[in-house]
Amino acid sequence: MATLTRLVSAQTAAAAFVSRRAVRTFASTLIVTVIGLGVMIVFLTPIGYMLATAFKPDSQLTAQNAPLWPAKAATYNYQGKDYPLYDVPTSTGIKRLALIRPFREDSDVFDPAHPEQGVFNVKGRWRTWSPVYEFSLTLENFVTAWDQVNFTLLFRNSLILAIISTAGTLFSCILVAYSFARFRIPGKNLLFIILISTIVLPPQATIIPLYILFTKLGWTGTWLPLLVPAFFANAYDVFLLRQYIMGIPRELDEAAMLDGANPLRTLVSVIIPQAIPAITAVTLFHFFFVWNQYFEPLVYLLGKEELYPISVGVGAFVTTFNNYPGRSAATAAVALLLPAVMFFLAQRQFMQGVVITGVDK
Amino acid sequence: MSGRASRERNWGLLMLSPWLVGFFAFQLLPIVFTVLLSFTDYHGTSEFKLGNFNFVGFENYLRLVTDPLILPTMGVTLKFALIGIPLGLVIPLLFALLVNSKHLIASSAFRTFFFLPTVIPIVAGTIIFNGVLNAQSGWINLSLKALGISDPPRWFSDPLWAGFALNLLAVWGLGNAMIILLAGLQGIPTELYEAATIDGANGVQRFFSITIPMLSPVIFYNVTIGVIVAFQYFVPALLIGQRNGDPQGSLLFFPLHFYRQAFVFSEMGYASVLALVIFVVTMISTGLLFFFGQRLVYYAGGES
Repeated sequence: MATLTRLVSAQTAAAAFVSRRAVRTFASTLIVTVIGLGVMIVFLTPIGYMLATAFKPDSQLTAQNAPLWPAKAATYNYQGKDYPLYDVPTSTGIKRLALIRPFREDSDVFDPAHPEQGVFNVKGRWRTWSPVYEFSLTLENFVTAWDQVNFTLLFRNSLILAIISTAGTLFSCILVAYSFARFRIPGKNLLFIILISTIVLPPQATIIPLYILFTKLGWTGTWLPLLVPAFFANAYDVFLLRQYIMGIPRELDEAAMLDGANPLRTLVSVIIPQAIPAITAVTLFHFFFVWNQYFEPLVYLLGKEELYPISVGVGAFVTTFNNYPGRSAATAAVALLLPAVMFFLAQRQFMQGVVITGVDK
Repeated sequence: MSGRASRERNWGLLMLSPWLVGFFAFQLLPIVFTVLLSFTDYHGTSEFKLGNFNFVGFENYLRLVTDPLILPTMGVTLKFALIGIPLGLVIPLLFALLVNSKHLIASSAFRTFFFLPTVIPIVAGTIIFNGVLNAQSGWINLSLKALGISDPPRWFSDPLWAGFALNLLAVWGLGNAMIILLAGLQGIPTELYEAATIDGANGVQRFFSITIPMLSPVIFYNVTIGVIVAFQYFVPALLIGQRNGDPQGSLLFFPLHFYRQAFVFSEMGYASVLALVIFVVTMISTGLLFFFGQRLVYYAGGES
């Protein structure tokens, strides 16, 4: 950089000023981006670990000198048989040799780079040589995990739960949000404050009576306790939708009203089409919420495994798989796949929704 | 006109009714009922009818004082909150500042990847951290050893570090806070910085006299949410410590104690008292936050 600066100082003063600024901007960009990459690598280490571990056999974890990335021991085919490759220290540097006949203090080897030498003997213990690895992905962890965890059933259950629950949430929250945003109701401000303060309410404060109630109704051990409350709106999603609807020009719905449309028609033909970004965000939030929900299904499903959603089903394997890191990693990868894909597809609407709920307070 | 007004009110109330019914049925009445249950000896395994629960006065509340697990479990939750809340304040702010920097190339890719862990289901996140923080084969300890730390923490196997390991897991999912702070940063008028620069303020002064005050409403929101979440936190502890809060009770969070009393031991009466403790502590801390915090918050547009 010093030479760069010296170079530019030879030019005219004005040009030098501009270039020096360019150099400084370039340097800041470089520094900030490098720091950013460093932070990101540390931050995403767990995901790297998960992917690498899921795609490699567990034996590789304990093997000496094995790489972190998924790999298998490289072999060389000599006269119809596969022999393992080793990096062998010799008097002429490290050579990549195929181990043909291992003995204790010396071994018969073959040099693929010099086939004309044939099989020859080298001194040294082969156990001290480092094996050569080549990149290789194995799917065995996914196959075992898929069967043991019974992912087919869990996916089906979670999808059904998420779709019904999200439909109920959208239906109820859009109605409630529309009402809060547009209608003159006595005591509306107080009601809205009550709605917002329910965000603070810990689920523990209500779960025992709800559990008793749902048991009385015969609903425990079924999906009803998880689905029915979704049809009665929730503070987060109502708040998000209300903020968004309040931003839609009133003239639009007033015009529809003048044309004789009743409020429901106005909602369907004017408000909902205008509020699609907020509705998308709520859909995603709620879908993720159901996918994630653990406490309530654990309590209400009474151990009925055939009804478990993915969260509870996978939760049982967190410690069961403690001695099978590959299987655990594969399980985690499958469990997070759908939310991750949905997030990548709709991240703009998703983050916009987060901002609306957080900043407009 | 009054006909129109009452028609509007009726429509409004009709559309509000799902929430009104839900609020009474699933929130207000259950809380009242939790209070009533806390004065009874109702046991979860017996059928819920009049003969099966007796009024026991303040017995369950007295048990709260003598329960040897109260102080340890409160300690675990408090320690988690005292470490987690400041981390939840600082880390997302640093990330937001980084992503907001005009010197960062491909900042939207950074934003996406910093946010990604937030959408990872908590169960999957717990599995991943259980692996990456494994004392022997986990990448964190392998890295620490490579950096010359010969005896790195044993994380989930060590009662001293298990709680902090969950703090790290919680930090991983702070994308919401980051995104909100980022929006806050982008909303600060650049004229403020230009004026301050002309007045001779340096970067640090600009940060503390413009950025922080302008962000204070957002920071306040994040802290409030952080407090609420911290006092309810227990699911990863349940998954890792298998209901016992292992290792050695170091993951026995207060809400986990509640869960065990209510749904493992079926002591609904006493568990109701524990639920009310969580409820009251959350209410008092958010109340205090609003009382003291609001004075520290600067609203640029006057009243919020």
